[in-house]
Formats: sequence, C-alpha cells, structure tokens
Amino acid sequence: MDDLTTGTVVIFVLGVLLGFEVIGKVPATLHTPLMSATNAIHGVVLAGAIAMAVTADDPLGYALVGVAGFFAAMNVTGGYVVTDRMLEMFRPAGDRAPRREEAPR
Amino acid sequence: MNAVVQLAYLAAAVCFVTGLHLMNSPPTARFGNRVSAAGMAVAVAATLVLVVRDGGPSGAGWLTLAIGVLAGSVAGVHSGRRTPTTAMPQLVSLFNAVGGGAAVLVGAHDLLDSPGVAVRVPAVLDVLIGGVTFSGSLIAAGKLHGVVPGRPIRLPGGSVPVFLLAAAGLGVGGAVAADRYTAWVLLALAGLALAIGVLGVLPIGGADMPVVVSLLNACTGTAVALVGFVLDNTVLVVAGALVGASGGILTKLMADAMNRSIPDIVLGGYGTGDGTTP
Repeated sequence: MDDLTTGTVVIFVLGVLLGFEVIGKVPATLHTPLMSATNAIHGVVLAGAIAMAVTADDPLGYALVGVAGFFAAMNVTGGYVVTDRMLEMFRPAGDRAPRREEAPR
Repeated sequence: MNAVVQLAYLAAAVCFVTGLHLMNSPPTARFGNRVSAAGMAVAVAATLVLVVRDGGPSGAGWLTLAIGVLAGSVAGVHSGRRTPTTAMPQLVSLFNAVGGGAAVLVGAHDLLDSPGVAVRVPAVLDVLIGGVTFSGSLIAAGKLHGVVPGRPIRLPGGSVPVFLLAAAGLGVGGAVAADRYTAWVLLALAGLALAIGVLGVLPIGGADMPVVVSLLNACTGTAVALVGFVLDNTVLVVAGALVGASGGILTKLMADAMNRSIPDIVLGGYGTGDGTTP
C-alpha cells in the first residue's frame, strides 16, 4: 500500500473531470436536493470505516471504529432519506402519498 | 475475487454518476437519487466481501463496527424522516459534518499505525480538510437552526487568526508528513483543523449559509477521496473526487443564483442573518 499506485491517481483525476461535467444546467430549485444528494454520496466513507475495522486491535482503535461507523452510517442513511423527502415535493400533487402533518417548530 | 470487488466498485461509481446526472431535471431527480442509493449498497456490500476475504476484523472489531453502524443508521433514518421540512438545510449540514468527522477518524487511525510517506501525506490533508468541514458544518447547522447567532460574528483581527491557524495547521501537518509525530501531535493537528472550521464560519452571515454548506460539502468529498488514497480503495477515490468537483461547481451555481461571489462569502461579514434567526 506504500507505493502510490498511478492507477489511483488516474481514477482521481478522471473522477474530478466527471464531477465538473455531470452537473449541467441544473435549475435553481434543484440546487439544495442536489447538494444533499452529493452529501449522501460522500457517505461512502462508510466503506472506509469498514476497512478500518480490520486494522483496529486496541481499545483506542475500537473506539475510533465505533465512532467512525456511527458518523458514516448517519451520513449515508440520513443523506439518502432526506434527499428522497426533498424530491418527493417535486412529484405532481395528485399522487403524493398522504403524510403526517409536520408541525413547524 | 479482487476483480469481482473492483467491478462492483465500478458498478457503484457508474450508479453515482448516472444518479447525479438524472438529478439535473425535476422529473427524473427522485429516481436518480435511488440509483445513487443502489450504488451505495453495492459499494458497501463489496467492501464487506473484501474485508471478510482479507480475514476480517477481530470479534471486538466487528462488534464495535456493528454497534456504531446500527446506531448511526437509526439516527440517520430517524432524523431524516422526522425533521420538519423547514429544518432540512441544517440537517444536511449535520450529515455533512459527521461525514467529515468519519473521514478524520479513518485518516487519524491510519496515521497511528506509522505508515509510509505515500499514506502520511493524504492522511494529513484528510485530517485537516475533514476537521475543518466537521466543525465548520456544525457551526453552519447551528446558524441555520438558530442556536448560533445568524449574524456575522466578527473576530478581532478579521481573517488574520484563521490564516495564522491555517499556517500552523500546515506546519504541524508537514511535521506529521515528515514522520516526526506522536499521538499528541495528531491531536494538535485535528484541534487546529477544528478551530479553523469554527473561526472560518462564524464571521459568515446566516443568509450565505447554504453556499457555505455546499462548499463544505465539496470539501468533505475531497477528504473522502484522500481517505481513498490512504486505504488504497478505488470507490472512495472516485466517489470523493466526484463529490468534490460537482460540489464545487454546485457551490459556484448557488453563489451565482444569489448574486454573490464565493471569495466574498468566505471572507464573511455580510448581512445580518436570514431573518429566520432571532
């Protein structure tokens, strides 16, 4: 793992270029849902937390694994759920499922 | 077996890109988000296969991971479902914060194993960027929620303290990259990053918070890509790079829509809050 594989750098650069291009002329109403969607995607750090559990072998390591797993899982699950809820508002009013009334704070 | 995992990672990356692309127009946006979620499930499943094949964590490792992931999932799904629509922006900011926090912890954990320089450099950058997004997003969430004053909180000396902290962070980071560090030095590195996030976001007015959250979101993406370099994991690299770049473009679009420039926003001091905060 110590020698930086050029393949990983290639993947990184292509990923950046793809990221620049994938968002085109997105309407302003979709800015916040789109931000929330990309927010959910970086929850993939959960895969990092899982990989990290392999090398943990002392109480500090286990504590870090537990907290990182908590953080990453919250990011990924919450991110997708809340994005889905935001996008639910874009459906035609007729086929919107009945929902609990949300009292303002 | 490794080839299968790598192909699964490729499939996940395709889902992320396709999903984001579908989110460019309202009729396909919801489907796009689900495509992206399916890709995430594939990525996580493939990673589980990978670690099990490599011998897997010890019993205690599995236990702490399972408890953490289970509790995090419950917290994420519950808050995602129950939070009122009006409070969604601060919730997204909170999710962004915990994502950055996870990136910091993975990077710091690898640094404790005294790795080689090719791991130390991305890990240091990951701890710095992830730490800034963790504390910065928490402050942004606090401003949006009204628990931190929405008005710009001016610091004595303007932006100077933040720049000094950033210079100190790079200095300590350089020492870590040069392999001159202990656990305490890592703690100082993380502490500096957290302080930069707090002092960087406090002077920014509440009205600019959506753009700030988007910028911090792009930073978290970059930190996750760096975690990918640390762990030599391709799906983290590609997803992180994708979020970093698309988040950057999105930040620009959001700032343009508000007739604001990103440097102006980051330097702060504008407006008196967004009216929803007392």
